Amino acid sequence: MAGIVGYGAYIPRKRIKADEIALQWGKNPETIKRGLLLQEKSVPGFDEDTITISVSAGRSAIARAGIDPQKIGALYIGSESHPYAVKPSGTVAAEALGIGPEVHIADFEFACKAGTEAMFVALGLVEAGRVDYAMGIGADTSQGAPDDALEFSASAGGAAFIFGRDDMVAEVIETYSYTSDTPDFWRREGEFYPRHGGRFTGEPAYFKHVLAASRAILEKTGLKAEDFAYAVFHMPNGKFPMTAGKQLGFKKEQLDTGWVVPTMGNTYSGSSPTGLAAILDVAKPDDLILITSFGSGAGSDSFVLKATKRLPEVQGLAPTVRSMLDGPRQYVTYGEYAKFREKIIVNE
Amino acid sequence: MPSPRYTREIPSRYRLEAGRCKGCGKVTYPARTICPSCRGEEIEKINLSPRGKVVTSTVIHVPPDDFLMEAPYAMAVVETPEGARLMTQVVDCEPSTVLPGLEVSLEFRLIRKEGKSGILCYGHKAVPVA
Amino acid sequence: MREVAIVGAGMTRFGELWNQSLRQMFVEAAAGALNDAGADRVDSMYVGCMSGGQFTGQEHLGPLMADQFGMTGVASVHVESACASGGVALRQAFIEVAAGVSDLVLAVGIEKMTDGADVTNVLATAADQELEVYYGVTFPGLYAMIARAHMHTYGTTEEDLAWVSVKNHRHGAKNDKAQFPTEFTVEQVLSSSMVAEPLRLLHCSPVSDGAAAVLLCPLDQAKQYTDRPVKIVGSGLATGSLALADRDDPAFLDSVQKSGERAFKMAGVGPRDIQVAEVHDCFSIAEVCCIEALGFVERGKGGPAAKDGFTAIGGCIPVNTSGGLKAKGHPVGATGVAQAIEIFRQLRGEAGARQVENARLGLAQNMGGSGASSVVHIFQGV
Repeated sequence: MAGIVGYGAYIPRKRIKADEIALQWGKNPETIKRGLLLQEKSVPGFDEDTITISVSAGRSAIARAGIDPQKIGALYIGSESHPYAVKPSGTVAAEALGIGPEVHIADFEFACKAGTEAMFVALGLVEAGRVDYAMGIGADTSQGAPDDALEFSASAGGAAFIFGRDDMVAEVIETYSYTSDTPDFWRREGEFYPRHGGRFTGEPAYFKHVLAASRAILEKTGLKAEDFAYAVFHMPNGKFPMTAGKQLGFKKEQLDTGWVVPTMGNTYSGSSPTGLAAILDVAKPDDLILITSFGSGAGSDSFVLKATKRLPEVQGLAPTVRSMLDGPRQYVTYGEYAKFREKIIVNE
Repeated sequence: MPSPRYTREIPSRYRLEAGRCKGCGKVTYPARTICPSCRGEEIEKINLSPRGKVVTSTVIHVPPDDFLMEAPYAMAVVETPEGARLMTQVVDCEPSTVLPGLEVSLEFRLIRKEGKSGILCYGHKAVPVA
Repeated sequence: MREVAIVGAGMTRFGELWNQSLRQMFVEAAAGALNDAGADRVDSMYVGCMSGGQFTGQEHLGPLMADQFGMTGVASVHVESACASGGVALRQAFIEVAAGVSDLVLAVGIEKMTDGADVTNVLATAADQELEVYYGVTFPGLYAMIARAHMHTYGTTEEDLAWVSVKNHRHGAKNDKAQFPTEFTVEQVLSSSMVAEPLRLLHCSPVSDGAAAVLLCPLDQAKQYTDRPVKIVGSGLATGSLALADRDDPAFLDSVQKSGERAFKMAGVGPRDIQVAEVHDCFSIAEVCCIEALGFVERGKGGPAAKDGFTAIGGCIPVNTSGGLKAKGHPVGATGVAQAIEIFRQLRGEAGARQVENARLGLAQNMGGSGASSVVHIFQGV
């Protein structure tokens, strides 16, 4: 048996309201907010990227785990916005976190699923006895093209999870992955903005994979929706995860805690992992938790977790997701947003 | 910044590694070979706490070219609980609120980019404690 | 040690000298000094320049300038101590003459700042690259932090600082070599654009081109060149930490205090014996800190000195009668020598409308970086 021994999240303090983006493009803010169930989203500053988010989340995870970072034998960062096309994010993060040099490192990419992918592999290595501890991180500072629906959702943030066999805060009961080749969303090498298939991203992509993976893991574990205290599904907008949850038989109360998207936006690889972190911030011993990610391209990873007695002891050792969502925020104008996201061409 | 030079500074910039003189207790950031206070040569490595207090500050309105897009930004000399002082930007707040005495925490951030295609240079910046 | 005197001085106008190159400015100033003394040779030259390399791409200034001056073959070397390069060149020349190594030594300060380099970046090379500049600090930023510390500790106000600029521009308006011989009001200073809070544009010295040269010889040979030599009776050089963060009190300039003490000791005088002084007002706050560190006012009391008229012409200790770096201009490497020339003129009674009455002892203080190096000279009329 292996599971999570420490976790942490990070959300930038800068935010932009959906109204601000809608008005920029002559759209009705109320229609947008009602349609996507999004109020605002986090915006990375010039000095925040997948690496810095990973380090901040990773430091909180180490603080909660209470372990010597030198004991972490593997570090994986999943992201679709690694700052370098060639050169790992993980090496920078490991040096900053005091991990290594005896460590296995890789950067993962699988659209919005890269975070749970990193967690999946980290867990596997620990279960196999290959390493004592492994860290899996999902983090992103994704770009949405101007005047695209994604501009209302693509945000920045992430979460880090350390897996181990002792002193767990949540045991991993089961995992399941479901994958097919589905070109619903992509970004070609060298392109600045991603593209997507519009409504094709819904039924044949998100719902097909999220529902298949979730149903399969429920069947594999013999658990029903009502057995769970919490569930979180990948949050490309506010609507999809609620619809998926309800189709699987979950009630709003089970979904609300991890449903951080209305004020955070879609942090891509960090989306469902940050939702999981928000759940771990408040879960009680023996609570069952379901997390199902989704990455375009496409696939879903599902985990069933069970909180342990140790969880309440570590919840207060680092900032909670809620404290970052509701704490000090700086609202930016669309002009500032365009500047921060480097959408403005300037002289070298 | 050329990569070899950047690489040498990683321990102090990424992990806030500093030095404490075993003779007189003086803490320097980063660690030095010779203590500037007593000239002692027995220096132990310590890691600074990622927090401190603003000693003095400014808001840069006319920045160097590499920081053009970030201006105006606050900068401060921050003293950590160990007594080390370091120069840092203070971000995620209204720059004019950064004044002597402000309590800050130190977060890992991207500091500068070596042009459009060069290396990314990381380190710590201060953020006011909520 | 031999007694040393300045026997000739020459300088270019300070300002944006678009039509003059580094070497042309050198020749104008150096020739001016030799002509002033009626000399036709030098034994040795010191070229004070902060960064010919970064401002113009030109290093190896010692031989280049000797050659351009028609003196290929003489000993000639470039000295650098950031903005104190000129003052340090003067000190090296002084030491060489005092030591008896050479009889006729030229000290030249020079800088060409307007040839297209990123001036902010070049100046910042005088700060700590690893610990300060890496994080985006500028020189105005460093002095702004000194200013804020001074305001926080001693209650100095933005208006106090503005008065330093107002006073120096009043002085500079009487100097035909000055880059900005224009008077400003306190209101104009306080409404000028912000550079680094609390310092505004009119708290900052400008970007300038210029060169200044003085010719030194043993006092006992001075009469060959001039009837009115000026003796160098004290010279002090001191260093402080390059990084502001490494100083116990960021509002006090230790190096200035030490360099002053050393010069006063050599001269056998104290701050109260000085009738006229040029200090390094690269920013208004710098003058406040320097007059404190030199002992003209008590520590922490420098703020109101300009406003109260204490440091104005006609006050207790007129400071920066030339207009200072603020009004005269600050071609960084040239500044230290130009300060010495102002004192040279004052002690010879040649300062015209800005003449300080009965000036017998004068002081020039020139510093590098945010006060990491400081050099002080004390001069006496003969």
